[in-house]
This record gives sequence, C-alpha cells and structure tokens, in this order.
Amino acid sequence: MTNPSENKKPMVLDEGLEKGAAKLTQDRIEKTIKQVLEGETGARFKAYVETCVHCGLCSDACHVYLSLDRDPKYSPAGKVKRTIGEIIKRNGKVDAQFIKEASVVASTECNLCKRCAMYCPFGIDTAYMMLIVRRICHKLGVTPLYIQDTAHSHAATMNQMWVKEDEWIDTLQWQEEDAREEIPNLRIPLDKVGADIMYSVIAPEPKFQPHLIYDMAIIMNTAGINWTMPSEPGWDNSDMAMFTGDNELCARLKKEHFDLAARLKVKKIVMGECGHAFRSVYDVGNRMLGWRMHPFNTIHAIEFYYDLLKTGKIKIREKYKKSVTLHDPCNVSRGRGLHDKARWVINQICEDFTEMYPNREHNYCCNAGGGVVNCGPPYKIKRVTSNRVKAEQVAKTGAEILITPCHNCHSGMDDILAYYNIEMHTKFICEIINEVMVKPEEA
Amino acid sequence: MADSANWDWGTGEKLISDLDEWKSSFNWVEEPYVSPDGEQIASIVNVDEAEFNVCVNGEVWREDIYDKAWHLRYTPDGRLTALVNENDEWTVAVDGESWENTFDYAWNPIFSKDGGTIAVSFQKDGEYGMARNDAPWEELFANLNCPELSPDGTKTAATVQIEDLGSADIFKFQDGVFTAADDGTPWDSKFVNVWWKSFNHDGSKLAAEIRLNLYDYTIAVNGEPWAKTFASVWKPIFRPGTDSVVAPVKAAGKWTIAEDGNIIWDKGFVQLWQQMFSPDGKKIAAIVAPSFGRWTVAVDGIAWSATIGDMITEMVFSPDSSKVAAIALEDEKWTLIVNGSLWQDTYDMAYQPVFSPDSQMVAAKVEKNKKFTFAINGKTWNQKFDYVWDPVFSPDGKNILARTVEDGKYYRRVIPVNEMIG
Amino acid sequence: MNNFNTLYNLVTGPLVWLTFLVFIGGSVYKIRQLFSLVNNKEKFIYSYMSLKFSLRSLAHWVVPFATVNWRKHPVMTVMTFLFHFCLVLMPLFLTAHVTIIHEAWGIRWVTLPDGIADTMTMIVIAGALFFLIRRFTLREVRYLSVASDYVLVAIVAAPFVTGFLAYHHILNYQLMLILHILSGEIMLMAIPFTRFSHMLYAIFTRTYIGSEFGSVRHARDW
Repeated sequence: MTNPSENKKPMVLDEGLEKGAAKLTQDRIEKTIKQVLEGETGARFKAYVETCVHCGLCSDACHVYLSLDRDPKYSPAGKVKRTIGEIIKRNGKVDAQFIKEASVVASTECNLCKRCAMYCPFGIDTAYMMLIVRRICHKLGVTPLYIQDTAHSHAATMNQMWVKEDEWIDTLQWQEEDAREEIPNLRIPLDKVGADIMYSVIAPEPKFQPHLIYDMAIIMNTAGINWTMPSEPGWDNSDMAMFTGDNELCARLKKEHFDLAARLKVKKIVMGECGHAFRSVYDVGNRMLGWRMHPFNTIHAIEFYYDLLKTGKIKIREKYKKSVTLHDPCNVSRGRGLHDKARWVINQICEDFTEMYPNREHNYCCNAGGGVVNCGPPYKIKRVTSNRVKAEQVAKTGAEILITPCHNCHSGMDDILAYYNIEMHTKFICEIINEVMVKPEEA
Repeated sequence: MADSANWDWGTGEKLISDLDEWKSSFNWVEEPYVSPDGEQIASIVNVDEAEFNVCVNGEVWREDIYDKAWHLRYTPDGRLTALVNENDEWTVAVDGESWENTFDYAWNPIFSKDGGTIAVSFQKDGEYGMARNDAPWEELFANLNCPELSPDGTKTAATVQIEDLGSADIFKFQDGVFTAADDGTPWDSKFVNVWWKSFNHDGSKLAAEIRLNLYDYTIAVNGEPWAKTFASVWKPIFRPGTDSVVAPVKAAGKWTIAEDGNIIWDKGFVQLWQQMFSPDGKKIAAIVAPSFGRWTVAVDGIAWSATIGDMITEMVFSPDSSKVAAIALEDEKWTLIVNGSLWQDTYDMAYQPVFSPDSQMVAAKVEKNKKFTFAINGKTWNQKFDYVWDPVFSPDGKNILARTVEDGKYYRRVIPVNEMIG
Repeated sequence: MNNFNTLYNLVTGPLVWLTFLVFIGGSVYKIRQLFSLVNNKEKFIYSYMSLKFSLRSLAHWVVPFATVNWRKHPVMTVMTFLFHFCLVLMPLFLTAHVTIIHEAWGIRWVTLPDGIADTMTMIVIAGALFFLIRRFTLREVRYLSVASDYVLVAIVAAPFVTGFLAYHHILNYQLMLILHILSGEIMLMAIPFTRFSHMLYAIFTRTYIGSEFGSVRHARDW
C-alpha cells in the first residue's frame, strides 16, 4: 500500500445542498427544527443529550476520526457537538449555512455504522442522533444531490436505480437464459405463488451486476430450492430513503416489499449480499410500519449459504485457492451477528483465509455505508481519505481477495483499494461459491 | 366471475390429468394452474432449447412453439392467459390465441372481476402504456407504474411520467413530472409522485395516492387533490355506488380513515391499511395495528380485541356483510381470524378465506409440513394432498369443489361439507 | 462566631431538607419525565427490552477491563472505576455521616475505618484532578468540553476537598465544615439537573442498547 501524497481536502460543491439551502428562510429552519426535535424525538434523544459527559471515549470507535489524524471534530461526539449540540445551544436559531454544513456532517462524515455505540460506556447511539440531523435536513430540503436523486428513484419506481418494470423482468429472463448454458433446465421462477423462498436483491444488481443474479440462480437450482423472484415492484429491498431521513418513503418501500412477499405466499425472504437493505427490512423499515420484527422470516445471503452448506444442499468440488480476507459489513455483523457464520462459510469454500483486525462486531466500516457512497462524486476523495485505517487494516492481511458480502462495502472497498494502490480484488461470496461448487452435471 | 351454478356439482370425483405423464413428454413442466371450475389444469412446458408451449389437460395449446412464455394464469371466467414471446415480440395469448398487437415488452396482466377484460402494461420503442383487451393506449409515456383496471373492466389507469427528467435532476423532480393517465389520457395536473389508485363503480372517477412535494401526501380525484394533506396516505377506494373516496391517512402521528379529506374514524392506530367496504356498502373494515407490533382488524373504527404479532392479511367480508375473515401470522405460523376469533389450528401457510354463499361457513386452503388441505369453520380436514387450490363452495353451500393433486395426478372432486367437518 | 452558627444552622437545617427535596424530588421527576416520553412517543422501546441482554450489557460495562474500550484506556478505566466507587461509597459509609444520621433518626449501618475513608477521599480528589487534566490535555476531550464540564468537576470535587480539609483541620475547621456541607448539598441538588443525571439515566441508555444489540442485532455491545 502507498500513502497518497495528495491529502488535501477538496472543495465540495453539492448542488443539492447549495440550492436547497438557498431556498431556506429563518422561519422555516426554526419551525422545522422545533417540529422534529419536539414532535418526533422522545426519551432516547433526551437521554442521549443529557447523559453524554463529553468524555471522548467514543472517539476511538470512529474510522473517520482515526483516519483524519484523530481530528476531534470527527469523533462521534464531535459530530454531535457540531450538529445537534449547536442546534440546542442556539435554541434552534441556526442559519442556512449551518444547515448545509450539518447536512454534510450527518450525511457524509458518519456512516451510521453504530460502532461508537459499542464504545460509549452509556451506550449512546450516535447514529440515531445523526439520523435526526438527516431528518431535519430532509425536512428542510437540504440533502446531498445524488442520494436525494436515489430517494426520488425509490419514490417513482420503488427501486434505487430508476430501473423500469420491463427492464427488471427482462434482466431476470436474460440471466435465466444465460444460466441455461450451464444448467439446461435452470429456472428463475417468476411470481411463483406458494414458493418457499422469495429471493430479493437491490437495484444495482439488475442495473450493473446481473451476474450476481446469475450466480444465485445457479446456487438455487443446484440446491433444489423451491424459490421465486417477483416481477412486480417491491423486488428491490434497498432503501436510501432510510438514510435521507425520508421516513415516510422508507415505510412505503418496505410496505411494497412485504406486501409482495405476502401476495406470493412465501415462507421466507432471502436477500442478496447487501448490508443496508438488510438493515432496512430487518431493523428499520419494519419498525416504521409498526412491525416489531420483519413479518416474514428474512435472512441475509450469508445465513442462506450457511444453511445450504450445513445441510449439504450444495457441495464444494474444490476449495478456492487464492488467499482471501473478509471485511465484515456493519449491517450484518454488528447489525445481525452473522460474522461467525460468514467465517464458517468462507472456511468451507476457501483454502486460505486470513483475518483482518479488528474484526467481527469491531470491524471498521467501509465508509461507503449509511448512504455515504450514494452522496456521490463530490465526496469520493473525502470518503477514501477519511478511511485510511481501513486501507491499512486491509493491506496488512496481504490477501489477494477481499470478500465482503455487501454492495456498499464493495463500492467503498474498491475505491479504497484503488486510491491506496492495494493489490487486492473484491468478491462476493456467491461468486466464489459458483466457482467452487459441484453443479448438477457434475453431481 | 363465471357463474358456478353451471359447473358440474354432480360428479364426485374426476381424474382430470396425470401430471407425471406430462413430465415424460417435456424437458420440464412449470408450476400448474387450474381453471376456476376445476375442469382444466395447465402448465408452461419446455419442449426444446428455448422452445415453450402451454400444456392443458395433457394437450399442447397449439402446434407452434413460443420462444418464451411466462405468467400463466386463468381469468375469473376461465380463460387461460400467458405472456408470450415470438420473434422477439411480446404479447398476450388467450386460450392459445395471441393478441394482434405485439410489444417490445408486456407484463402484469390484470383481470376485471368478471374476467371479461384483460389489461397489461407494455413498452414499445422505449415508450410505455397499457393495453386493454388488445387495444393499446394511443398516447405513450416515458415510464409507467402502479397500473389499475376499473372493477367493471371498462377503464385502465397508471402513473405516467409526462416530462423528461435529466439524470439527477432533483429540482425538476420536485416540481413534479408525474401524473395519472386515465385510459391513456393524462390528468391536467402534475405531482411529485402518484402511486396506487382506484376507479369508482362505473370508471368515471379515478382516485390516487399522491405526494405534492417531499412532505405532503394526499389523495387526488380526477387530478384534483383533496384540500387537506397528511404525513402519509395509502391506497384509496370509492364508497360503493358513490363518488366518495376513502383512504387511510396519517395525521398527528396516527393512522386513521379519511373520506374526501375529512377524518371519519375517531380512533388512531399505529398502522392502518387495506380498508374495504362490506358488500352492502355500510361498513368499513381495515387491517390495523392498535399498538406497536400487534395487529388485528378494525370494523368502523372498532378494533377486535384479539391481536396477533406479525401480520394480518387477505381480509374478506362475508356476502351478508356480517362477518370479516382474514389470515393471521405469528412466529412463522399462520391461522385464520374470523370476527375477532383466532382459530386454534396453525399452519405453515394459509390462503385467502372463502365464505359460503349463506355466509355461515368459511373455508381456506392451508399448508402444513408440505401437505395441503382445507380448514373449514375452525377445523382442519383430515385428508391431505400434495397440492390443492382454493376451495369453492357450491351455490347451495352444501358442497366444496376440491381441486387437488395426489401422486402426480390432478383430481376434481365435489365433496359434501358435512363430510369434511364431520 | 454567630455568623458561623447561623450559617451552620442553615446548611444543616433547612438546606438539608431542601437538598433532599430537590435531589429526590428532582430525580423522581427526571425519571418520570423520561418514562412519560417513552410512553407518549417511543412506546416501541418496551417491546425490545430484554432482561437477559440488559444484564449482559451491564455486567460487561460495570466490570473494569471487561469491554474492548475499557481495555483500550487502562488509566482512564482505573480512574473512572475508582473515582465512582469512592464517590458513591465513601460518603454513604463515612463514620461521621452515619453518626449524624443515627443521631437524627436512630438508624445506623456499618462504617468505614477513617483511614480508608481518608484514602478514598483522596482518590475522589485525584480522580477529579485526573478528569480535569484529561479535559485540558486530550484533544478529543478538550474539543467536546464546555464551561459546565469544568464547573461540574469543581462541584463534585468540592465536598471532598472541603471534607478532607475539615477532617485534617487544615484552614478554618468551621468554615471548611460549612463549605463541606454546602458543597455536598449543591452536588446532590445538581444531580438531576446537570450532566450528573447520567447517574439516573445511564442504566436506561445502557440496558436499552444492550437489549437492542442482544435480542435484535445478535451482537455484542462491548
């Protein structure tokens, strides 16, 4: 790994923030802040604000703080101080410039990864506080442009990438056809009512990585799973509205998703290798709709692979030879405790696995999650430079392949590997399984 | 809906087709569908590489094959439809006959209640529209979502994009580039979003969920938004026989029901959706969460006292409007809930409850340990099958049409209800 | 002398009652306020609370070096635990305090030998000094610190400093005694209405996140 000499922070110009802030009036700012803080927050907010003793012990949790030479303004509590802290201090009388800056802090300097919640002796959830800031910024219309556009895509199409309804189905049928080259009677059963499993993915898969759908089709068919994929909107389980603070839209997206599973009468939803989407169906969107947990048993791909390998439904022909390491995605390790299952799966399919440290719940975030990568090009350099610790951690493993079962982690890690010139390639678990598993004609 | 009075209620058991035999004739046989009267069973079948057909009661639909075929479904009046592709053109095939119009893509067929109308969404040359009974919209659009067909099958509608939207142009989006197209004619007004919609009884009025900006939700009727806005709304419906619109709305942090913009239930819920009028049009039932994580049904604002943890869905009114039945999920086990009483037996899956014509009985298809049967009035029938379709009561309510698969064979049976619950 | 007597009578008479009223009443009020917020706005929290995972989380965080972050900051950890341990226990079991209570209400309990109490007092003073120095010297703590943080260190140190001085008859005993009682009263009264309220809230924030991590996220929170 090399240390980039250019470490200056670029000027960030984000039209979403500039134009949004230009439309603000002092009255609207104050009313909105009051409405959110008094109308929408409750005991958690009050307890967090009043309990924090400014001890700074959360600092070491944050990859941004650690990467930016321990600059205290990037510590979790530092970010609260710069946003909620100032709002409270000034009794809500903050100006448009402040809102713009607060939006940058909450949307691009915090991944809502919740590592700091594990470092605060009181268990203060700084991610929640940053979401409150994002909520205020959303209500004021001052959200970074690219992630706002993604939220718009969700609203218009119920998917993240403006994928039109026919494009989605067409992609599935195209992958099905391609996969029949390998397994002649393979199917991606569409809208099969009463299937055991509904498989759901995020929109970047049909848009940019359809081969991941292909891989899963091979796995499903080999394992003999009674599965289906939906043709109707609701197929995309991703959710940037959850990260822009548009809670109403987040709820609407999850309603479409769960309604679809209910119509298809499936017993379980299996999700592709995505972290934030898992968080959204498992922990966030369900609550916004009034569900304590997901109404359907919803499992992340890691758990699915684990079950398939454990029960012998898929068998390994020959383990993957290249040396691999694992980046634990926050939303499925710290968010769902799947880190040990991920390791078990990787050890089943790979010969040479090296840990990176810290790991499991204590992993460093990729710095792309929490909607940060979705804030787009204006923040790319800042995003990679503010995760130097991740680069160092990854480089130390010396592995050839970086496995990470999460789309945002992939984007984040690809950028980091490129920026710090680390000779390593990212892979999803399904790509390796597809390479090493016994397929029907070999069985 | 086909009149079930004309069906064969006299024959006790008919072996319609041996499905295992089909498997030897084709590369693969996809999941079967049966006609409402149970006389037919059909599957999409693969004949050869990239060659598909539809097999009905053991006979193929036609001599020519399709390059692709999917979404095989029976209409309520018993016609068999599929989305098919020949020579890179998609269309709808009905009982083996393709529509004259072809498309670059066609999907999401919707049927009218009587089955007389079939509507699909389509894309042609990158533009989007709907086609009803082989008649496509004249005006096409940049995109199309949330399609709807009027109950009488005379009108189609969908959300359409009426202005170009550049990449990441969030400001134009927020000015509004969407509207609803009523039979292909867009409303005069534009909105930030338009979602699910409903027609009134004669198709003359169209109501839709809309978002006026990023924050204010309401209902628009024929393009005219309600005077009041809400924190959120769900799909509206019309009060039967009237032009009044009823929708779930979120106000002051709670969900309730509004009619024409005015809140009509004095009670608020953590969640409320899938509101439904009784057949006599006098009652409104809705699925509600009276407290966080607990679900039940509320009729005219009064929630049943029994609640369940995970989900209530597939709600139906009895024909005499006196009862409401739904399926209920908790801890991965489904059961039925009828007028607030949960049935004791639980299942791995339960399907939409079906009332007898006199409203005295309610039955549902249920699944347990990979075997299927029926549950009737709280009892599970002791016969188990490899597969069954929804039960159908005879017009006199004395018999149930059981469409079942056993040992690879499809049977149509007429079984006295007394025998089932005996 | 008369002035001292008047003051002494004031701080040991009406002010004691006022202190207990404010401290206990204020604490009850603050906790009730928190629960009323939960009941009115975040009732869902109850459905995630788990006794098992609350205790699991507490057990890790009340034991020195049982969490990753405690291990990362050994000096801070030792000082934090010693400070809080002595801060709470020493005043409760100090012979002089127990004697006063016995004289007033006729109840008494075990007491600490004076030597140990004296050491514990010094630990609290040293702890306060440590926190103060930490606030000045550590960049990430200095950045977060506001004026009230320094005042709070002073408030918590004051009764121990004055008690120490009074006990050892350094400076004017009577004055120190009065200041000791007064500063103790100020500290108690400050608890519900300042950041000292972490004494009241910590158990709720800790057990809530412990429950979320344990029963929903199936992950450790330490």
